Amino acid sequence: MAATLSPVMKAAVIQFPGSNCDTDCEAALKSFPGVEAAIVWHKETSLAGYDAIVLPGGFSYGDYLRCGSIARFSPIMGAVRDAANAGVLVIGICNGFQILCEAGLLPGTLQRNTGLLFRCEHRHLRVENTATPFTSVLHKGQVLDIPIAHGEGNYFADPETLRQIEENGQVVLRYCDASGNVTPEANPNGSLGNIAGICSHGRNVFGLMPHPERVCDPLLGGTDGRGIFQSMIEAVQKAKA
Amino acid sequence: MKAVVTVMPKPAILDPAGVATGRAMEHLGLKGVRSVRIGKSIEIEVDGATEAQLHEIAHDLLSNPVVEDYKLQIIS
Repeated sequence: MAATLSPVMKAAVIQFPGSNCDTDCEAALKSFPGVEAAIVWHKETSLAGYDAIVLPGGFSYGDYLRCGSIARFSPIMGAVRDAANAGVLVIGICNGFQILCEAGLLPGTLQRNTGLLFRCEHRHLRVENTATPFTSVLHKGQVLDIPIAHGEGNYFADPETLRQIEENGQVVLRYCDASGNVTPEANPNGSLGNIAGICSHGRNVFGLMPHPERVCDPLLGGTDGRGIFQSMIEAVQKAKA
Repeated sequence: MKAVVTVMPKPAILDPAGVATGRAMEHLGLKGVRSVRIGKSIEIEVDGATEAQLHEIAHDLLSNPVVEDYKLQIIS
């Protein structure tokens, strides 16, 4: 009778021209029992009925002009903005993070990596804040092993903005070594404060450069990404209860 | 109307591509390279636009005000 039960979470994965992690996100979400996930084309204009919205990684619009700068004006982004303002969970991964910054839904921006290399490798991340809908099942200081794959992941914000997001606990993940030490050597791209992921002031919008959807199945080399999606499911369940 | 929008990284922003290009210039024998900054130049031909509209486009789409400045030049 499982088919008659309402889903534990209904997620939309936005597909922009040039997205390439959309089906990975869909598969990762669907690996959780009771989760429904649908790919939504960027020309759609409604996201009614979804509990969570995923902006996946890739190279939307070929990264023309700046990463995410054209996607932020896609028709669907009005609905993403409305949903974010209404408290719906929005997660942007890699290019999705860049789009959220360009759209002004997250502060700061992602610049070219300081070393100029496209970094495609596993990285350790320290969980800085567990009082968010994306990290509630994790523990503070926990070290996650999640891969990155980007050429523009160098987080930058002006000093005042940086001070505010640090004080507000909006820095959610930092690049660290295997023991959880945040060091310059552990920083793959020059990000200020080793920042790998931040959330909005309201906590319901989250952007991160690492790819949790790529480590949701032991066959793919790890399951450290699952805690982020599990946290989202629990937040949705709590909101529905 | 013809216009050119020039977008440059803000002075305080590190431009890794500019630094790497400066090093290549030194490899080619150019002495005393102090700074290389890489921006974009965007040529626009448009009918019936106002200067204010072009400023809006330059600010919202063509540049990212967090890290870039733009200059709008009306050519004709």
